[in-house]
Amino acid sequence: MNKYKKITLDGLIFQNPTFMLVLGTCPTLGLINSAFSAMGMGLTVLVILTLSNMLISLLRKIIPNEVRIPCYIVIIATLVTFARMFLQKFIPDLYDSLGTFLALIVVNCIILGRAEAFANKHTVLESAVDGISQGLGFTLALTIMGIICEFFGKGSLFGLQIMSFKIAMLTSPAGAFLIYGLSIAVFVYVVDGVQRMLRVKSNKLARENMLKEAA
Amino acid sequence: MGTFIAIVLAAVLTNNFITAKTYGICPFLGVSKKTSSAAGMGIAVTLVMVLATLVTYPIYTYVMIPLKIEFLEIIFFIFIIASLVQMLEKIIQKVSPTLYGAMGIYLPLITTNCAVLGVTELVIGDMSKIIGEAATMNIGWAVLYALFAGVGFTLVMIIMSGMREKLNYYKMPKALSGFPIAMVTACFICMAFMVFSYISL
Repeated sequence: MNKYKKITLDGLIFQNPTFMLVLGTCPTLGLINSAFSAMGMGLTVLVILTLSNMLISLLRKIIPNEVRIPCYIVIIATLVTFARMFLQKFIPDLYDSLGTFLALIVVNCIILGRAEAFANKHTVLESAVDGISQGLGFTLALTIMGIICEFFGKGSLFGLQIMSFKIAMLTSPAGAFLIYGLSIAVFVYVVDGVQRMLRVKSNKLARENMLKEAA
Repeated sequence: MGTFIAIVLAAVLTNNFITAKTYGICPFLGVSKKTSSAAGMGIAVTLVMVLATLVTYPIYTYVMIPLKIEFLEIIFFIFIIASLVQMLEKIIQKVSPTLYGAMGIYLPLITTNCAVLGVTELVIGDMSKIIGEAATMNIGWAVLYALFAGVGFTLVMIIMSGMREKLNYYKMPKALSGFPIAMVTACFICMAFMVFSYISL
């Protein structure tokens, strides 16, 4: 059970694909100008990442090591083709707002990166947990930045107009770069601070225990 | 002539791949620490973009549309790009080992570079998506667009690497160093490029 907890925490915080590893930056920067498209992108990647992780983990003993990258790319490209057809048919709004970035999920470093770094060494269940937690980490990061950009850039939230004050620069790529950079800085600062606090606490506990034993 | 100028301006300045479309950000942030490797990466990406368009556009128009298998475009295109990159890697390794050493891990990553797949996806679509006005697309315009999109990519890479070389001389907080400060720098480059959107033909 401890193993799954570690995988989940890694995906959400310590190896968060967006803030810690800085992967999949193109769709992030291109789509955080609206919270709806950012969240849609995150959820699409979540589904594709989980399925591709499970498939690759299932096939890891069959795929020869020398041609593994082309094999992974075929699996991912097929899943993306399915996702594209599905969205075009059932959620055309999202299909339109994602645009070319939907096809570009194929070259999203997160999916190939997890296949290479995790799925080809672990069991199906572990890979599925990893896919879900990494995908959730990506979705949460994108949604938070999408909400910030849309709220200050358009004065709306998920398309609902709230205020008339707006900084139009924040919905352009320049604003996306600014918000993304500052979000990484804040995230790293907070995680570092929390880790330092935990370390001090555990050191203190260890010292007290030692003193007790000595006494 | 009008279309020619419109495509060149759109690809290099107004609709630049990095500053307006945010394609190809991984190499933009990853390989832009030194000007020499940034220029090398830009040239390699330009080369792959032109070659990929030269192959994918005829295949899409003359093979996939008549056979009605347009829905397979992602799988076809990514395979063509992957094999082109493999070929280019072998050639560079043979011709210039220094350049090969400088690019290191990033050369195989051109396969997973959004800019290359992005340009092949863009040119099979409408011309209005590229220059904002209707015109018929043909292979000449497609390759021209790919070439100048690569030139625009290289231009922004070189500007960025120059700024990052200067940034090395300053001390900054630990949380800001690395990617965050690079992105704030990129924000200013984007703002500078936003001025070009006032150009109209």
